[in-house]
Amino acid sequence: MTIRRRKELVRELEQRSFSADASAENPGAAENGAKEELASQIGEKDGIAERMLRMCRQNKLALVSAIVILIIILLAVFAPLIAPYGEAQQDVINRLQGPSLKHLFGTDELGRDVFSRILYGSRVSLIVGILPSLIALVIGVVMGLLAGYFGGAVDALIMRLADIMLSIPSLLLAMVIMYTLGASTINLFIALSMINWASIARVVRSQTLSLKESEYVEAARSIGVSSGKIMFRHIFPNCIPSLIVLFTLEVPSSILSESSLSFLGIGVQPPAASWGLMVNQAKQFLFTQPWLSLAPCISIMVVVLAFNFLGDGLRDVLDPHMKNS
Amino acid sequence: MAMSEKKEKETVTKTDPEDVLELHDLKSWFYTEKGIVKAVDGVNLRIPKGKIVGLVGESGCGKSMTARSIMGLLKFPGRIAGGSILFDGKDLAKLGEKELRSICGKDISMVFQEPMTSLNPVLKVGRQVSETLLVHNPEIGREEARKRVVDMFGKVGIPEPEKRYDSYPHELSGGLRQRVCIAMAMICRPKLLIADEPTTALDVTIEAQILKLMQQLCAESGTSILIITHNLGVVAEICDEVYVMYAGRIVEQADTFELFDHVEHPYTKGLMASIPRIGKNPERLYTIPGVVPNLLHLPQGCAFCTRCPCATEQCRTEKPVLTEIREGHWSACFLNQAKSE
Amino acid sequence: MKQIVKRLLETIVVLLGVILLIFIMLRVVPGDPVTTLLGEHVNQQTIDRLTKTMHLDRPILEQFFLYVGGLLRGDMGQSYKYNRPVTQMIMDAFPYTLALAIMASIFAWALGLILGIFAAVKQNRLPDHLFMGISLFGVSMPVFMAALFLQYLFAFKWKVLPLKADGSFLSMILPAIALGWNSAGSVARITRSSLLEAMQADYIDTAKAKGLLGRAVILRHALKNSMLPVITMMALQLSSMLSGAVISETVFAIPGIGRLATSAIENRDMPVLQGTVIFTTVIVIAGNFIADILYSVLDPRIRKAA
Repeated sequence: MTIRRRKELVRELEQRSFSADASAENPGAAENGAKEELASQIGEKDGIAERMLRMCRQNKLALVSAIVILIIILLAVFAPLIAPYGEAQQDVINRLQGPSLKHLFGTDELGRDVFSRILYGSRVSLIVGILPSLIALVIGVVMGLLAGYFGGAVDALIMRLADIMLSIPSLLLAMVIMYTLGASTINLFIALSMINWASIARVVRSQTLSLKESEYVEAARSIGVSSGKIMFRHIFPNCIPSLIVLFTLEVPSSILSESSLSFLGIGVQPPAASWGLMVNQAKQFLFTQPWLSLAPCISIMVVVLAFNFLGDGLRDVLDPHMKNS
Repeated sequence: MAMSEKKEKETVTKTDPEDVLELHDLKSWFYTEKGIVKAVDGVNLRIPKGKIVGLVGESGCGKSMTARSIMGLLKFPGRIAGGSILFDGKDLAKLGEKELRSICGKDISMVFQEPMTSLNPVLKVGRQVSETLLVHNPEIGREEARKRVVDMFGKVGIPEPEKRYDSYPHELSGGLRQRVCIAMAMICRPKLLIADEPTTALDVTIEAQILKLMQQLCAESGTSILIITHNLGVVAEICDEVYVMYAGRIVEQADTFELFDHVEHPYTKGLMASIPRIGKNPERLYTIPGVVPNLLHLPQGCAFCTRCPCATEQCRTEKPVLTEIREGHWSACFLNQAKSE
Repeated sequence: MKQIVKRLLETIVVLLGVILLIFIMLRVVPGDPVTTLLGEHVNQQTIDRLTKTMHLDRPILEQFFLYVGGLLRGDMGQSYKYNRPVTQMIMDAFPYTLALAIMASIFAWALGLILGIFAAVKQNRLPDHLFMGISLFGVSMPVFMAALFLQYLFAFKWKVLPLKADGSFLSMILPAIALGWNSAGSVARITRSSLLEAMQADYIDTAKAKGLLGRAVILRHALKNSMLPVITMMALQLSSMLSGAVISETVFAIPGIGRLATSAIENRDMPVLQGTVIFTTVIVIAGNFIADILYSVLDPRIRKAA
């Protein structure tokens, strides 16, 4: 967004100050979206918490998704208390059993209880979903702020690096990293963090670019506030709504990447349980014991779907103009 | 009180053959989550054949919504909640989408405020104009349509019309784009042209040219114009009759000279006083105090009472009705009505 | 023209960056590739000979330039495991991946556009919610899940399509749907939002005021404008589609590029992994470049500026 565009908006608002009060609910003046854009450009908007509450009231699907996510997190935290069997507790006599009261989702080829393994697996999936997204968020914010604020060579360098990261298909990039570092859960963190920062950096950069030109940042600069302070005190807080949305949508994509890598056998290594790994081990029994594959697949999908619905709902209230991508 | 009720405006409830378009008690309401916003609330308006009628008011007073209601362009959650739009013996408010579209562009056409965005950026301007022609007269064929469009481009004063036919909107200046829009609106020789702030986005020097052009073209084809503007200067320039609108209602109505000579409604007085005039001290430019009231929470009485310098207790509790205070001059104000009695 | 050249230069810089990045990442791997390759018990002479042919005795930057030089001649090195030219192996595998990607794209685009346009036209009504729900399901479903699910139902249960790919058209249908399902969801969502945005534009009012009916307004005025972001999306989808191809090829045993990459990891066959990743990335970058050109062809505002 260029300075010209912003000036247009300000002018538009000034013109409308003649009827400012009415324009809040006045459909005659402008479309809803334009109004919100106007308000968010100028900085008159509800707080993040208020808007989230509004989402909970208006978007039942997002609310349900948030509750589902909460339940899954609780299940993962208390997995040892809830799981009827141990993560790797084998019972070879009762191997490959169908679902029953004793084994809700049946047992696998070593006689391990699938339900218990799903519960334990949720810990890996959630941690792998959330932690690398957080790391990627931090890297992305720093890179984006630096690129947008300083511009010039710094910008060119960081953005070319982001271009490079974004043009390698993510799974293949992860495969290269896993090849180099070796397959393990920790290395998975590193690989996923490295993949995801670039897209976040792009968003932060573009927001920084538009905020950099705003009056209050110019004012801050003119009275000698340091660059670091301007970036983190003045620009960064304005990016938070978008970052919440980005983070919520980054988590499911990390979970999908993890499950894909584990499915290929180059992610989480046995005997640890991860949903992707469970599918990997179960796929040889697909035609004889399909439930073995079904249970982890459904689990992945429920979690990913819940995060996606929540992310969509958050985007509607926090960042209505972010593109669907 | 009793007197004013008797004198309530009833004359426009029957159709006059001399009118192109008549709005009867038109209500366009927006059903929002926070309540019903009555953007247009009971507007009566008539456009005589061959005349130019102005609809004036501040932004957000419902004048654009009136125009959009006629063309069936209200956006969700707005819809026509009552009243009728009589055109050619038909009530446009009750027509189906298909029938309404067969009238739009052919018999009633519209010029929008923003020539920058009202043309499709990815289509050639000539194609966009000929599209209007072909939608309503598919039999004439592309060749003929092109010829007529080029002709029309010449008439609206576009230089090198043959070449401009294949231009894209971004290659034309604002004034030229608005000429294209006028060509588009006039190509089917409509009976009514609705111009929604047609010159607001243009330079002042071009404004006069565009107004002249519309006036001249419409005179040639006998087209009536409904011109929507916040600019009383535009009204003074070309309008025959004026309706002043405030908060979804008509507050004053008269022919142009009558209105400019004898302003009655305090709101119109405010509008007149806020036109900058050469020779007067610009620092003391008048502005109407306050802002347009929130349409969701209108005052109980007259919608203007919060800003009116001469509001009385009656104004705050009762809604004034549009009443004829002098021959051909109507006003919705208790003070004017008391004076005329 | 000037912009195209500038874009081309940028693309080349990114391409070199990609090659450098992958090159370095694969060379910080612990352990000597020669011993990995030959095992512990070989004489020093063999090791020396191999080190020399693989340029492993040169500094890493020199190795890099040698590699890029080789790339320009179409030489991507030799496979450790099979001792064949990597280029040859990739060229053998590529037709499978290409066919898979094309079929998946057709499926994704056909389904995604239909769902997206329908949802936008029926905004906030049942078809909209239904189609957007389906799309989000598509986006949320891992490729391997779709693949296993389709394989179980169509190949095992109902036996209407082959279980494993044998190169025939029929055998590619399931892998293509499994792969395209995901993208279809994204395409549907972006189509809907971009069409809805276009429908808000002023020129849509103009079109209606001209007397155009709903469908003509959408087809003639909104759709062309809304396709611009969708084309950008197409290029972005190419990358995730090639990621997904790895999975789909694994499940259906298709001897394509993705399969080549996974087996390269299993065999610790670095030149093959390097070759496949670079090759795939080149395709993605080329796709993005073409999308940019296409974008400017479709948008007269950019076309004139270029």
